[in-house]
Amino acid sequence: MINRLWWLPAPQDFRGSLNAAKQAERPAEALRALANTDLDLGQILALDRAIQRLTPEQGAALPTLKLAMLGSSTLDHLLPGLRVSAMRHGFLVDVYVPDYGQYLREVLDPASGLHQFQPDVLLLAMDATHLVGSDLAAEPEAALDKIVSRLTGIWNTARDAWGAQVIQQAVLPSFPALMGSNEYRLAGSPNDLVAQLNARLRAAAAEHQTDILAVDTQAGWDGLLAWHDPALWHRAKQDVSPAAAHHYGELVLRLISARQGRSGKCLVLDLDNTLWGGVIGDDGLSGIVLGQGSTQGEAFVAFQKYARNLSERGIILAVCSKNDEANALEPFERHPDMVLNRGHIASFVANWQDKATNLRRIADELNIGLDSLVFVDDNPFERNIIRRELPMVRVPELPEDPALYAHCVAQSGYFESVAITGEDRARTSLYQVRRASEAARAEATDLDGYLKSLNMVMEWQYFDAIGQQRITQLVNKTNQFNLTTRRYTDAEIGAVIADPAKIGLQVRLRDDYGDHGIIAILIGDLQPEGTLAIETWLMSCRVLGRGVEQACFQVMADEARAAGATAISGRYIPTAKNGMVKDHYPKLGFALAQEAADGTADWLIDLGSVPEQPLFMQIVKGG
Amino acid sequence: MTEQEIYEKLTEIARDIFDEDDLVLTPETTADDVEEWDSMNHINLVVTVESVFGVKFKGAEIEELKNIGDLVEAIKHHLEGR
Repeated sequence: MINRLWWLPAPQDFRGSLNAAKQAERPAEALRALANTDLDLGQILALDRAIQRLTPEQGAALPTLKLAMLGSSTLDHLLPGLRVSAMRHGFLVDVYVPDYGQYLREVLDPASGLHQFQPDVLLLAMDATHLVGSDLAAEPEAALDKIVSRLTGIWNTARDAWGAQVIQQAVLPSFPALMGSNEYRLAGSPNDLVAQLNARLRAAAAEHQTDILAVDTQAGWDGLLAWHDPALWHRAKQDVSPAAAHHYGELVLRLISARQGRSGKCLVLDLDNTLWGGVIGDDGLSGIVLGQGSTQGEAFVAFQKYARNLSERGIILAVCSKNDEANALEPFERHPDMVLNRGHIASFVANWQDKATNLRRIADELNIGLDSLVFVDDNPFERNIIRRELPMVRVPELPEDPALYAHCVAQSGYFESVAITGEDRARTSLYQVRRASEAARAEATDLDGYLKSLNMVMEWQYFDAIGQQRITQLVNKTNQFNLTTRRYTDAEIGAVIADPAKIGLQVRLRDDYGDHGIIAILIGDLQPEGTLAIETWLMSCRVLGRGVEQACFQVMADEARAAGATAISGRYIPTAKNGMVKDHYPKLGFALAQEAADGTADWLIDLGSVPEQPLFMQIVKGG
Repeated sequence: MTEQEIYEKLTEIARDIFDEDDLVLTPETTADDVEEWDSMNHINLVVTVESVFGVKFKGAEIEELKNIGDLVEAIKHHLEGR
């Protein structure tokens, strides 16, 4: 059975990255980045060796943690997953594992290796056979009492002697049932004893400040066989399968990070296609998908409820969206199916700046570290620029289906907590009061470097019959990045194709994430006096901030020259939705020709004075 | 999947597990030829193969694997059975 950390992105060229990391100037950082990917077992072993070979100087940047692991069966196979997970969480671990079966002696004997080791964390990992036995128990209650009292004794020693964090692994329910659903009616059934023991361990742990490692619950999600392989138990006394070693290590390290206050504190949410389906700026309040009546609408409601519940248990919520602020706020104020309201959001940032800059601003406003942010966005472009620019921000690899968003955030463990205080519950309102009003720092994001790495190809062609339907659709539904919001019938688009004085461009974009389809439409109209008037220019907001505007303009300028034009004019007609493109033409180097009282502005540029703009994509002509 | 593709994937896995960047696998390669191929890494190899190829071996099959050629045959057998 496959057991993967599916909320992490897949590694790109693992062996190449690993070799580069070993040679890197700061190898610990490079190895940590690699540990933040979804690796198979072989890759875990290779990465673990590289981590263990770090020199003390190279590892000095990371705190070292002393972890002792006591168990009743084979544990060595779990150590690589533990060390790699520790690296992902920003620790190095020094592990102590006595021979299995020796754990009681190690705890009781003050001269033992364990006492000399003085662990910071004690992890108790016992298997079901050892604790409850594989036979029907004659006196199940007494047996359970005895086990719990033995284990709590060990917990107390660890806390008193070393002040260690104690982690008790729940018992993997590996015994088959003898009766079935009503197994609990068979006194002494090994299967039922494990279930009872796990319940009793939880109750005892609450009293003793011990943290439970819930592999039983996790096995419920992933399937028992993803965690326990009966063949490997028989062959090598491995209770947790090596296939689950990485996941096991991750669950352990979450508990350690949580105890040290390193868990995420703030959930930063994108809006369009993250909190609702569709694009609010284009689809409008009645067009977005949210609420009862559709699978997707229900899924977005469920995700909002999950976020709201997180907020009620002390997680701060923030919004980071590429939108006009007024558009972004509208559903929060007016949509009847919104679960989240403006009051849930401690920091609300909606603008057209890059998201790395905006996340810095959110962290600033809330006065928390960037490493406290968990950024949830459906768009892989935005996720990857944050991973690249702000590697300390946690960015779950959201699945495409919104039905799985909440599970993805939950399974990522980024908000792992070991205790709830009254203060946690009050935290969101606290942060809203404390919000700093200082202007955001304008730190430079290395957007250019990121854009170059995407291998973008912009392919343009003239309007044609094949694209006609899609073009008509786009010109009639695009509201935000649309300079004139001029609508066309299918016949009118057909007329553009036929008219030699008109230049209709359809532009596609593809990159490492795939083909984005048609993302821009431009229509130019050649005037008799030699000016090409752009009567329509619209783009998909999803590809904003990549230099597509500049590239489109370059194509249009070349086409205008070829048609004999000497200048290009462009018009901006303001609407309730298109405020974002108010400065579109001046950004491209156009000068204002005239402006009407209603805000309609005409812009002009001489083709001899088009400024050189750096482009981060290859432009090809298709068709 | 062709036999060559199986060998390519398997080589990548074996290089990770056995820590040898230029390890070359032949049908005759056995645990004796690879320094890091001990009993624990034998299980690691099998488990990684299972997850990467999406197959599941029987306990007895694992016992019977004598060399890389046997392992490739077992992978082929399971892939064909799907």
